[in-house]
Amino acid sequence: MAKVLVKGNEAIAKAAIKAGCQCYFGYPITPQSEIGEYMGRHLPELGRTFITAESELASINMVIGAGTTGTKAMTSSSSCGIALMQEAFSAMCCAEVPGVIISVMRGGPGLGNIAPAQADYFQALKGGGNGDYKLIVLSPSNVQEAIDLTYRAFHLAIKYRNPVMLLADGILGQMMEPAEFKEYPYNDPDVSEWALSGADNRPARNIVSLHMPEGALEELTNRIFEKYELIAKNETTYEDYMLSDAKLVLTAFGTVGRVARAAVKRARENGMKVGLFRPVTLSPFPDRDLHEAAKKADMILDLELNKGQMLLDVRSAVFGACPVEFYGRTGGGLLTPDMIYSKIEELYKTLDSKKEAGVR
Amino acid sequence: METLVYKRPESLLKDGHFTFCPGCGHGVVLRIIAELIDEYNLQKDTIAISSVGCSIFLEKFFNLDVAGASHGRSPCVATGVKRCKPDKFVFTYQGDGDAATIGFNETIHTACRGEHLTTIMINNTNFGMTGGQASATTLAGQVTTTTPAGRNPELTGYPLHAAEIVAKCDGTAYCARVAITDTKNIRKAKEAIRKAFEAQIKGLGYGFVEVLAACPTNWHMPPVEAVKHIGNVIETVHPVGVFKDITAKEQL
Ligand SMILES: Cc1ncc(C[n+]2csc(CCOP(=O)(O)OP(=O)(O)O)c2C)c(N)n1
Ligand code: SF4
Ligand SMILES: [Mg+2]
Repeated sequence: MAKVLVKGNEAIAKAAIKAGCQCYFGYPITPQSEIGEYMGRHLPELGRTFITAESELASINMVIGAGTTGTKAMTSSSSCGIALMQEAFSAMCCAEVPGVIISVMRGGPGLGNIAPAQADYFQALKGGGNGDYKLIVLSPSNVQEAIDLTYRAFHLAIKYRNPVMLLADGILGQMMEPAEFKEYPYNDPDVSEWALSGADNRPARNIVSLHMPEGALEELTNRIFEKYELIAKNETTYEDYMLSDAKLVLTAFGTVGRVARAAVKRARENGMKVGLFRPVTLSPFPDRDLHEAAKKADMILDLELNKGQMLLDVRSAVFGACPVEFYGRTGGGLLTPDMIYSKIEELYKTLDSKKEAGVR
Repeated sequence: METLVYKRPESLLKDGHFTFCPGCGHGVVLRIIAELIDEYNLQKDTIAISSVGCSIFLEKFFNLDVAGASHGRSPCVATGVKRCKPDKFVFTYQGDGDAATIGFNETIHTACRGEHLTTIMINNTNFGMTGGQASATTLAGQVTTTTPAGRNPELTGYPLHAAEIVAKCDGTAYCARVAITDTKNIRKAKEAIRKAFEAQIKGLGYGFVEVLAACPTNWHMPPVEAVKHIGNVIETVHPVGVFKDITAKEQL
């Protein structure tokens, strides 16, 4: 199939339909309303379900209903809308209900603004929901990757019976570029072993998130965390751009990763050994691989459109293997290739002197 | 020859037993539901949606598939299930705190969308499970743990009349309030729930039955007095009746 020119939000919606999404439940919010609009145009004509829910609380709980029947379903929202879904994310992880959530971040805190931002990394990874749980979080840096990761999100949700979030930002949502819609590449597992369908010639089943007997919740949570270990082992992915001999390693996710790549290219052209480590799965976070990259590097520069959120995971992965610097903007401010390049130049100069002084 | 006059519904678990306080209304209503599901032979096609309240453990009572919902969100979970599996029979079982307080927005919108599902709302005029605090349906003057001097409408507002409001929604096919106070009224309650179920089975729209039920524990009344209290006091504020029935028209 040839490449077509497509906007990020529409690409995600179209990919979801190609991935077999049977239901979309959502509530409008900038900068992702085109996802719901696309679904509203196309799902009914395919005989699938589209509902504008009464709130984001309602949307995600409708996703839960669909998920308990083993049906592929999704919702999409942004920042404050995703905030309303947190209780449900926790319940989904506990009851092992699949579902896909598209989060297109805007400026925060509060109603913030509608400019692109990455300040909902904590929201996606550290939760606002209660208890021990983890979403699977995928981070696309361009429209093609948004399509491919949307496919992957649907597959992983069903495969591991866990909610999967595609964490995009407003730049990606609004950006138009050529991309290809390949066929959905995954074989999804059979859901009939666990999905609710009525107790027909089999014992009644339940999918619930309250586990009162003594020890039951601990046992369940331990089992679910073993599943997270398995997910980390099987599914962790990241982009390695010129890491092999890099003295300065940039870390960045999403569209900032793409901007950082341009700056790395320019730095290389000017003889600086700079590389980019871009996590594609934010959860599971590629901590072992980042640690290995850090061991070979003299310094890490973490770049984000927030006050330093992934920075915590970067630092814990690096674990002292080299110094970690942070450079970010917030409230809708952007990082350009020029800004990143200047920062690279500034830090690169310090590397040799730091090494001599034994700073680690 | 012996005639069987009483039998445990198949839709109740054989080894399940209700864990409610003596005189609690929940058990009666759950049994009615199980009987009706048996009567319509729907056991193999039913997905029940539980809610947060004293009745949360539906899976421990019903021999049915059960999906759990967070507090107030079972109509959304039910909507998701029903839209994916339109041939299944889907109902939510909720309290007044769940359906009429934290989740009333969901209730109203589910009714307005005319979802083909059924809600049974047990109105015991308080948050039973958390120890008897005032809910949206609590009567003016009613003593609860959060209104120790009686609910004062000037401070905490007036009771919400759920069935009357749900009946106003265009997508509602059947809506009634019943009271489980004596055999006659329990039969009436069963007929109302039957109508609400039929509205779904016939694909007519949303069915909602509000059931006035006793919570002797939090009302601090012996069971017999609590049941009388429903007829003598609660029904004067939340009157029983059928507020909407398009199933009647269908049958003509
Ligand atoms: C989001 C959330 N808020 C509060 C609670 C605590 N809670 C549990 S049950 C309940 C009240 C239930 O009352 P009702 O729906 O009337 O059911 P009843 O127990 O009276 O049958 C509350 C407030 C909760 N579980 N979740
Ligand atoms: S507290 Fe009230 S509603 Fe709950 S089981 Fe006891 S009597 Fe029933
Ligand atoms: Mg109650």
